[in-house]
Amino acid sequence: MTTPQPSEGAELRLIGLTKRFGPVTAVDNLHLQVASGAFIALLGPSGCGKTTTLRMVAGLEDPTAGQILLGDTDLTGLKPYRRPVNTVFQSYALFPHLDIYENVAFGLRRSGVKDVKAQVGQMLELVQLTGFERRRPLQVSGGQAQRVALARALVNHPKMLLLDEPLGALDLKLRREMQLTLKRIQEEVRITFLHVTHDQEEAMTMADTIAVMSSGHIEQLGHPEELYERPRTRFVANFLGQSNLLRTTVSGRNGDLAVLRIADTTVAVPADRVPSSGSEVHVGVRPEKLDLVAADEAVPQGRNALEAVVIDTSFMGTSTQYLVRTGWGQELTVFAQNRHTEVVAPGTLVRLTWRPEHAFVLEADAETPAAPRPAPVP
Amino acid sequence: MTGAPVTGGSVTGGPTTPPLIAPAADTGTDVAPPVRGRGRWIPYLLLLPGLLWLAVFFVLPMLTVASTSLQEGSLARGYELTWRVANYTDAAQRFAAQFVRAFTFAAASTLLALVVSYPLAYFIAFKAGRWRNVLLLLVIAPFFTSFLIRTLAWKIILSDSGWVVGTFQALGLLPEQGRLLATSVAVIAGLTYNFLPFMTLPLYASLEKIDRSLIEAATDLYASPFTAFWKVTWPLSLPGVVAGTLLTFIPAAGDFVNVRFLGTPSQSMIGNVIESRFLVVLDYPTAAALSFTLMLAILLLVGLYVRRAGTETIV
Amino acid sequence: MSRRLWRGVTRNLVGFYAALALLYLFLPVIVVIVFSFNDNAGRFNFTWQGFTLDSWLNPCGVAGLCQAMIRSIQIAIVSTIIATALGTMVAFALVRHRFRGRALTNLLIFLPMASPEVVLGSAMLALFLNVGVRTGFLTILLGHIMFNISYVVVTVKARLLGMDSRLEEAAMDLYADEWQTFRRVTLPLVTPGIVAATLLAFALSFDDFIITLFNSGNTTTFPLFVYGAAQRGIPPQINVMGTALFAVAFVVLIVGQVTRRFRRS
Repeated sequence: MTTPQPSEGAELRLIGLTKRFGPVTAVDNLHLQVASGAFIALLGPSGCGKTTTLRMVAGLEDPTAGQILLGDTDLTGLKPYRRPVNTVFQSYALFPHLDIYENVAFGLRRSGVKDVKAQVGQMLELVQLTGFERRRPLQVSGGQAQRVALARALVNHPKMLLLDEPLGALDLKLRREMQLTLKRIQEEVRITFLHVTHDQEEAMTMADTIAVMSSGHIEQLGHPEELYERPRTRFVANFLGQSNLLRTTVSGRNGDLAVLRIADTTVAVPADRVPSSGSEVHVGVRPEKLDLVAADEAVPQGRNALEAVVIDTSFMGTSTQYLVRTGWGQELTVFAQNRHTEVVAPGTLVRLTWRPEHAFVLEADAETPAAPRPAPVP
Repeated sequence: MTGAPVTGGSVTGGPTTPPLIAPAADTGTDVAPPVRGRGRWIPYLLLLPGLLWLAVFFVLPMLTVASTSLQEGSLARGYELTWRVANYTDAAQRFAAQFVRAFTFAAASTLLALVVSYPLAYFIAFKAGRWRNVLLLLVIAPFFTSFLIRTLAWKIILSDSGWVVGTFQALGLLPEQGRLLATSVAVIAGLTYNFLPFMTLPLYASLEKIDRSLIEAATDLYASPFTAFWKVTWPLSLPGVVAGTLLTFIPAAGDFVNVRFLGTPSQSMIGNVIESRFLVVLDYPTAAALSFTLMLAILLLVGLYVRRAGTETIV
Repeated sequence: MSRRLWRGVTRNLVGFYAALALLYLFLPVIVVIVFSFNDNAGRFNFTWQGFTLDSWLNPCGVAGLCQAMIRSIQIAIVSTIIATALGTMVAFALVRHRFRGRALTNLLIFLPMASPEVVLGSAMLALFLNVGVRTGFLTILLGHIMFNISYVVVTVKARLLGMDSRLEEAAMDLYADEWQTFRRVTLPLVTPGIVAATLLAFALSFDDFIITLFNSGNTTTFPLFVYGAAQRGIPPQINVMGTALFAVAFVVLIVGQVTRRFRRS
């Protein structure tokens, strides 16, 4: 198959997109811009508005306010059959009364294309379902149905493909396979993919860009590493993986590091991450970034350190998960890769160390247990 | 605030608002799609012919009956709307026995139909496997002979010289010269038979829907098979029981054919009276009063029954 | 009783009971079929007198029987077509559209099914008498359409509710406008429900007795003929017709089952 050019004029812009169902606001003044040929995921828990957003772009819901622009065309108000956009539905929505061939050919036929045979054949080859033409939707497995749904959408060469949690019904192994397949196909056809999911691993595997959504708005937009390593809100920090959050007060500077006080010790983070105003910040460290060492071992130069007691261990195969309690009573999680032979037993006094640049900073709010103020030094 | 291009830095979009609960986007199959513009009139256009027909040939006749029931006069002199409520009280007094008999017979036949149908429906739903559809076919098929012909067949089966009567006499269930025809037994038997599919099919439908794993859970939690049935299967099949009993009781209460073929005037039900008043005696006011009363009684019973049984929709 | 023993007993007990019930269901049918071969010299066909094929060879031998059959078929065809059309439209409105007065509509559909036929038939007669319309073929037809609408609505509605509405969204997403979506997706998928409704309406109309009795005037349908014959004397030809009806219906049902299974594989 010849390498197609990335679709021109397929930049998606959502401007002030809002959807209200009676008193409930599902999507709240959403602004988003997606470049042509990108793979973007809308990630969030159920009820965050991601599916509603997708349906508005598809034309299956009317926005209460706002605009949807694709390239130069204003899609707002256009019926779904007039939009150069196709959808892969969560339940695949294959037409049960038509065979696979006719399912895939459906959009082409409605567009008046006379000779569909070649295109249908090509598309089935792309999704590796050659030979399935005469089968019926009830006779194929979940994974195969999903690929048919994909073929049915792609065969129309839309400017953008919308995917509504298409992998939800598949088992883990199949899901992993399909994630890679979708990514490969997207790179081949260079069509913009808008993918809705609640699975953060899936989003991070497949998408170039992720928009994390909550309660109808976008919490943060960026590349997967960016969102993971430098989340901007508690929600994003906790939705993508786990994090340990320490409540600290700004205490001073030390070169290009900011010094933050917690309980009777200090930690350092890169100064440019700390907001200039305000004295309280949360420092977040991912469990895999923490090194668990013996309490009497020397701390390498430049690393932060905290003392703690191990309370619980869980063997997870590739890693061991430790639950530790700090001096001020906060419980932290550590993921240690299983490269060592012994597991540290509960009750052991240990030290957690990490590099300052491995932490992220969030504005303070009331939910993290506050560290007690140190007693004033007489 | 504007959203940033994907290639640049990232900015969160939108002002923060208090936490809002957004409904699940999957609105399900029975919520209508959004209405756009001129499509708003379509449902009314679709509804109009059918509902108009029902208005003219159901609602209007009911109103006519209500009005007729309050008239007095005769075919010769003509009828006049005098709001004669006495029509109702007179009719109720005169034909109280037939009313009572109608409801009694209907109740008896409904109960019998339930007893006969439930195990059959249970068998088809739980134990029939691949033969399910064949058995359902066999349940429905007999009812494609005409209703009247079937009832006449019972007349043959229950006749004095037939083998049923003979067997009953031999077993001592009937005295020497005893009959089945021209007794209440025959009428109830006929009523029971005639409405069996109306009982069996709803029962089957609701039994078939029961999640088998619920019964397995019950036995896993130490319930004996009987207890599992009583505590799990039976309650979950109640919607079918309600539907079936209603679909059987209502036509049975108003029936007059079974009495005509299998009974005598001393077993007459209110349906017989209405029929004779309307078509033979031509006493329209009384007939209308009886008809209206029957309708109200049934509606009242249905209302109470449905509310007590707690089902939300039958239709 | 041990669990296995109990299960063995219940498995067989319920099966035995079911077999008895089926026998009970078929008993009158068997009698009807058998007595269609009865050689009754006289008028009443209640006791077995001898075997003959005469009635089968001369099914229209009884005056008025075949005309009544034809009347019934005519009324059934017309009332089915009209009731199916009206009822299907109502079902679509109920399931696929939003409108005011839904509760009232549901009530209006439900009430005729909740009323005894005696009430429905006599009420219609009251109306016709009041308005001065002469009862006959037309009034029978009007009545049949009336009660059939509700059954059609219920049947088609059930089928529509079971249909995934996402399929219509998928069609529109794939460039089918409203009319094309209806024609190519909705209609093929709802058709089995419409067919079921049509068969049901036909059967109900053909076999209707009570409402027809009140509104028939001088017209005779097949059930009315049987009713009259019951007073006058029932010729075996009635059993012949009954058997034929049963056979036709049975064949139709079987064909329906077989085609469904065939299409699925």
